[in-house]
Amino acid sequence: MADKSMIGLGLGKGSIDVEKGRLRFFAKAIGETDAIYTDESAARDAGHPGLPVPPTFLMCLNSDVSAGVDRMGLLKLDLARILHAEQAFDYHRMAYAGDTLHFETTLTDVYDKKGGALHFCVTTTRVTNQRGEHVADMRGTLVERRG
Amino acid sequence: MQSPRFQDVQVGDKLPPLRLPAINRTTLALYCGASGDHNPIHIDIDFARKARMPDVFAHGMLSAAYLGRLLTGWVPQAQLRNVAIRFTGITHLGNQPTCTGVVTGKYEESGEKRVKVAIQCANQYGEQKLLGEAIVALD
Repeated sequence: MADKSMIGLGLGKGSIDVEKGRLRFFAKAIGETDAIYTDESAARDAGHPGLPVPPTFLMCLNSDVSAGVDRMGLLKLDLARILHAEQAFDYHRMAYAGDTLHFETTLTDVYDKKGGALHFCVTTTRVTNQRGEHVADMRGTLVERRG
Repeated sequence: MQSPRFQDVQVGDKLPPLRLPAINRTTLALYCGASGDHNPIHIDIDFARKARMPDVFAHGMLSAAYLGRLLTGWVPQAQLRNVAIRFTGITHLGNQPTCTGVVTGKYEESGEKRVKVAIQCANQYGEQKLLGEAIVALD
């Protein structure tokens, strides 16, 4: 388990290139039918410079950026007892295939509920692009079931 | 895509629902690969049983992506300002997710007209799995 003294702890940062092939794979996995997410000419016709990064895919890129970070170990959590409780996104601008996005994640809150039976860790990730523009903020809440 | 106009949207309006096929193991394998979420609890039944689950179950973020599709099927993605989701139930194999949304507020903020939408994802038995809220900007 984490404790409040760990708030502010860095949980990974780095940059990643947004690849159009990966976006198409993601579109297939979620059954996306809107052609702007898979067909560059359809995306351009809709006014986009390339294939858009869909709303929740930023999480996936972040997990790639932080793949080398033992987040469970740093937070002293047991993977087999972890559930994703909440996820929020604030969007500031679109991101596209061909962008290089930078992600920086920190631990921003730790608390317990139900007398400690549920242990919560909140992480916040700031996302910027290759021009230093603010793309999004993500807030994830993990819960560890105890007992 | 033709975006709805602020003046034409009313509190209580429903978004066109998004109905998905039943979740199967292929769905989860594809989402594992495409998302980069390799947590074995979603793809490896042996691991799932050790974690005292009867079987693998769907990634919460898969249904979150379906909610993303619900929203981008209604307004162009560039108009999406915020999405907040709570995972309230586990989506099991065989579940058929349906994403729905209803307009709960209209207001102006940061110099734009915005609409608040309550969103949810439930299975074919009406059991709620994700509950959330989204804010979109409309002209």
